[in-house]
Amino acid sequence: MNTMTYSCRSSLVLILMLLSMSAMASEEYAVARENMLKSIKEQVEETSLYINKQALNPQVMQAMARVPRHEFVPSSQKRFAYENRPLPIGHGQTISQPYIVALMTDLLNVNSKSKVLEIGTGSAYQAAILSKLVDSVYSIEIIKALGEQAEQRLSRLGYDNVHVKTGDGYYGWEEHAPFDVIIVTAASSHIPPPLISQLKPGGRMVIPVGSRFMTQELLLVNKQEDGKLITRQILPVMFVPLTGDH
Amino acid sequence: MRTHPPYLSITLLSAGSLAYEILLMRLFSIIQWHHFAYMIIGLALLGYGISGSVVSIFQKSLMSRYSQTYMASLLLFSIFTVVSFLMAQTIPFNAEEILWDWHQSIYLLAIFLVLTLPFFFAASAICLTFMQYSTQISRVYAADLIGAGIGSIGIVYLLFLMFPQSALMVIGITGLIALLIAAWEFQIARRLQTSLALIAVIAVCIIAAPYLELQISPYKGLEQSLKITGTQIIEQRSSPLGLLSVIESKQVPLRHAPGLSLNATQEPPAQLGVFTDADSLSVITQLNEDSKRLSYLDQMSSALPYHLGDHKRVLIVGAGGGSDILQARFHQVPNIDAIELNPQIVELVNNRFRAFSNALYDNKNVNMHIGDARDYLRVSEDNYDLIQLALLDTFNASASGLYALNENYLYTLEALQLYINRLKPDGYLAITRWIKIPPRDTLKLFATAVQALKISGIKSPEKRLVLIRSWQTSTLLIKNGEVSEQDISAIKTFCHDRSFDIAYAPGMTEQQANRYNILKHPFFYKGAVSLLGEKRQQYLDQYKFNLEPATDNRPYFNHFFKWSTLSEIMQLRGKGGMPLIEWGYIILIATLIIALLMSVLLILLPLYFLQRDRAEPASKVKRLYVVLYFFMVGLAFLFIEIAFMQKFILFLHHPIYAISITLTAFLVFAGLGSYYSKSLCRYYSNRQVASMAIIMISILSLLYLVALEHIFSYFATAAVSIRMLTALLLIAPLAFFMGMPFPSALSSLDKCDTRLIPWAWGVNGCASVISAVLASLLAIHFGFATVIVIAVMLYIIMLFLFPAEKIARE
Repeated sequence: MNTMTYSCRSSLVLILMLLSMSAMASEEYAVARENMLKSIKEQVEETSLYINKQALNPQVMQAMARVPRHEFVPSSQKRFAYENRPLPIGHGQTISQPYIVALMTDLLNVNSKSKVLEIGTGSAYQAAILSKLVDSVYSIEIIKALGEQAEQRLSRLGYDNVHVKTGDGYYGWEEHAPFDVIIVTAASSHIPPPLISQLKPGGRMVIPVGSRFMTQELLLVNKQEDGKLITRQILPVMFVPLTGDH
Repeated sequence: MRTHPPYLSITLLSAGSLAYEILLMRLFSIIQWHHFAYMIIGLALLGYGISGSVVSIFQKSLMSRYSQTYMASLLLFSIFTVVSFLMAQTIPFNAEEILWDWHQSIYLLAIFLVLTLPFFFAASAICLTFMQYSTQISRVYAADLIGAGIGSIGIVYLLFLMFPQSALMVIGITGLIALLIAAWEFQIARRLQTSLALIAVIAVCIIAAPYLELQISPYKGLEQSLKITGTQIIEQRSSPLGLLSVIESKQVPLRHAPGLSLNATQEPPAQLGVFTDADSLSVITQLNEDSKRLSYLDQMSSALPYHLGDHKRVLIVGAGGGSDILQARFHQVPNIDAIELNPQIVELVNNRFRAFSNALYDNKNVNMHIGDARDYLRVSEDNYDLIQLALLDTFNASASGLYALNENYLYTLEALQLYINRLKPDGYLAITRWIKIPPRDTLKLFATAVQALKISGIKSPEKRLVLIRSWQTSTLLIKNGEVSEQDISAIKTFCHDRSFDIAYAPGMTEQQANRYNILKHPFFYKGAVSLLGEKRQQYLDQYKFNLEPATDNRPYFNHFFKWSTLSEIMQLRGKGGMPLIEWGYIILIATLIIALLMSVLLILLPLYFLQRDRAEPASKVKRLYVVLYFFMVGLAFLFIEIAFMQKFILFLHHPIYAISITLTAFLVFAGLGSYYSKSLCRYYSNRQVASMAIIMISILSLLYLVALEHIFSYFATAAVSIRMLTALLLIAPLAFFMGMPFPSALSSLDKCDTRLIPWAWGVNGCASVISAVLASLLAIHFGFATVIVIAVMLYIIMLFLFPAEKIARE
C-alpha cells in the first residue's frame, strides 16, 4: 500500500516536472521569439531598404510573433530556432533566415483578401506566416516526404487556410488560379511561364535568389495591369558598390 | 645491418603519398566544394611538419627499432589512406553554414585531423630513413622525389581507368606493396609468411574496391536533383577532368533554360542532366524534327548576336551538353566549330546517348574539337563571324592538387585579344555570364574588353561594345568593327521583345537603361560608361570590388575581394551580407593563418625537448640558421615550381595535363639532381654544392623569367609532342639544380648535429604547406613573375644561412 502511494506520488511529481519543463520551454521559446523580432527590427532600421522603409509592415511583424518557428524545425535544430540564421530541415533543404522571411513577406504586400501560391513548401514556415495575413495559401512541394510532413504539421498547428499538395510546381495550381501573390522558393533555372500566367494583373511574385544558406538577392516580379512584367532585383542588405558619389 | 636504404619502398611510398594528396583533392571536390577541398588537404599536409616534431622528440626510441618502426609506418599509412577518408566523409561538415554555426569549424578540424594521419605516417617513414642512412641522404631524397613524380603522373592515369573511390583503394594497396617490398629489402625474418599475409590482404582490398561509395553533400546540385521522385543516375564517367553524372528525370522534366526571358512561352524539350563533380549542370537536349521546340534557345540573352547578322561560321567555346550548338543550329548556321575540354562528355553526347541527342556532334555542320580553347585558336588560323562563350564557369582543376587554385585563362586580357583577333570583319565575340548583384564579373569583363580593344590600337572602343542583361544573365558583345544604326535597332527590338535591358550600347542615354529589370541604380550602365571614360582609374579605385582586368600573369578573373571592403561586409553579415564575401579568398587567408600558427607550434615544440637534453654535447650549428634555411628552401622550391608550372600551362595549354606533366618533370629531375649531388660531394663540400646549385637556380630562373615568353611564342604553333619535349628540356636543368640545396644541407646537418635532422624535415614540411598557399596569394596580388623573383631572393639569402659547422674555414 505504501509503495503504491509512493510510486503514485513520484509519478505525479514526474508529470508535474515534465509539465513545468514544457511550460518553461514554451516560455523560453516565447522569449527567444521576442528577441528574434527585436533583432529583425534593429536590422531593418539599420538598413533603410529598397523602398526607403525604416520599418517593416507591423502586421508582418505580428505574424512573425505569433508563428512558433520552433515547431517548423527538426528537433535537433530546435534550440537554434529563433536565431537569425537559416537552418537545415533535412532532404538538403533549409528554412530561411527569419530576417529574409520577414523581408519577403513584407515585399509581397498582401492583405486579408489575397490568394497566395507558394512553390516550395519546405518547412511550411513561410506558408504559416502568410496564412496569418491572407485569405488562403496554396503551397506545392516536390519532395514527397517534406510535403507530407508539412501537411501534417500545418493541420496539427491549426493553419486551416493553407492547402498543401505534393508534386511538380512548374505548372502552378490551375484550379485555384489566378493568384494575387506568388512566392517561389524552389530552385529553378528560370521563372516558369505557367506561373507568370497564373499571376493576376497587378500581382506580385517574389523569388529569393541564391544558394540554400545564402540569399543573394530578392527578385520581385510585378505584373502590370496590361500584363507587362517588370522585375526589381533587391539586395537584402544596404550595400552600395561605389564609395563616394558616382 | 643492411647497408642499402630501402630505396624501392621509399619510392613507392612517396608515389602513394603524392597520389593520395591529389586524389583527396578530387574526392573532396566531388563530395564538398573545391575551395574547402584545398583548405582541408592543404592543412592535412601539415602531417609532414607534425612528423618532423614527433620524430624529433621521440628519436631515440624510434631509431632503436628502425626497421620495425619503418614498416609499422608503412602499414599505418596504407590503412589510413582508406580509413581516414571514410571517416572524414561521414563527418557532417557543411561549408555554407560555417559563418552561421561555429560547430562547423569543429567538424572541419575533425576532418583535418583525421586526414593528417596518412601523411604523418608517410613522412615519418621517410624522416626515419634519413636518420638511419644519414650518409645516403641525397640518394634517399632522390628516391622520395622520383617516387613523388611517378605518383603525380600515376594518379592522373589511374583516374582515367577507374572511379576516384576505387583509386583510393589502389593507393592503399600501393602502400601495402611498399610494405611487402620493405620486408624483402630489410631481409626480415619470416618474410615469406609476412609476404603471403600481405598478398592476402591486398586481394581482399581489390575485391572490396568497387563497393566504396561516396557520400556527397546533400546541398550539391546532383544530390538535390536526386531528391525529386523519379530521378536517377543513369550513367557515370570519371577522368581527371571531373566526375560526370548523367541523370534522367522521368516524372519531372529538367527544363533547364538558364536566363530564359520572362516573356517566353515554349518549354524546353526532354533533357538529360550532366553534372560535373556533382554540381555545374549542363544538359543534353533531345533533338527531333520539331525544331519549334528549340525556340526557347532564342529567348536567352546569348541569342542576341544571331539577330545582328547572318553568321556563316560560328565557334562555340565550351560545348558541354550541346545547348549552345543547338542554339546555333536553330539560327541555321551552316558551319559550327565547337571546342570542349572533356572528351568524355563528347562521347556521352555522340555515342552513349546518340539516339537521344541525334548524334549532335557528329553532324556534317558541326566540327567538334577536343582540347583547350586558346590552344585551338592559336594553332588554327580560321576566322569566325561569331565566337560564343556562354555561361562558361571557372574550371576546377582539382586534379592538380595544391598546385592550382582558381586560375582562369579564358577571360584574361591576352585571351580576349586572341578571340578578337580571330573575328572576321564585323564579326562578334559574345560572352554571357551570370549576373551578380552588386555587379562584379560582368563589369570586370567589360573593363577587360575595353582594355583589350585599346591595346589593339582601337581609338574608340565605345563604338564596338554592347552589353545587355536579363535578370539572370548578361551578354557582352565585342564587335570587330563599329556598331551600326541597324545593329542598334535590332538590339532594341530583341531586348524589347524579351524584356531584356540594354546596359550599354553606343549612343544610348541613361533613361534607356534600367527599364525592365530594375536595379536600385543603373549600376551596369554607369559602370560601363565610367570604364569607357577618362575617370576610369578613379572608378576602379572607388569600386568596392576589384574590377582590374585579369592577365596571364595574374589569371584570377574570379578574384573580386578588396581588403578595404572587409569591415563593411562583416558588419552586414547577419543582414544578408554573406554573399558579398568572396569565399575562395577568405578560405585561402584562413588556411594561411592556421598553417602559420600550427607551424610555429610544431617548430618550437621539439626545441623545448632538445633544450632539456643537456646530456648531449652542444650543437655545432646555429639553430636559427637551420630553421631559416630549411624554411626558406621549402618556400622557394614550391614558389618556383608553382609559378613555372602556371607558365607552362599557357604553353602546353591544358589546365590539368600541363600541371601533371610539369610537376612530374620537376620532381623527377630534382630527384636526379639530388642523386647526383651525392657524387659531387666527393669533390666538394656540402656547402659548396648547395651554393653552386643556388647560383645556377637563380641564373636560370631569372633567365627564364625574361626568355620564356619568346621561347613559347616561337614554339606556339608546334605540335603537342614538340611542345612537351621543349617543356621537359626547359624544366630539366632548373629542376636538376633545385634538387640539391635541401639534401646537401641535411647531409651537412648530419655532420654537425644529427638530432636536428627530423626537426629540419619538419620545418621544411611546414614551409611546403605555407608555400603553396602563399604562392597563390602572392600571385593573386602581384602576379607569378613576382613570386619567382621572391623565390630567387630567398635562395640568395640562403647562401649565407647554410647550416654548416661554426668552425671558420679560413
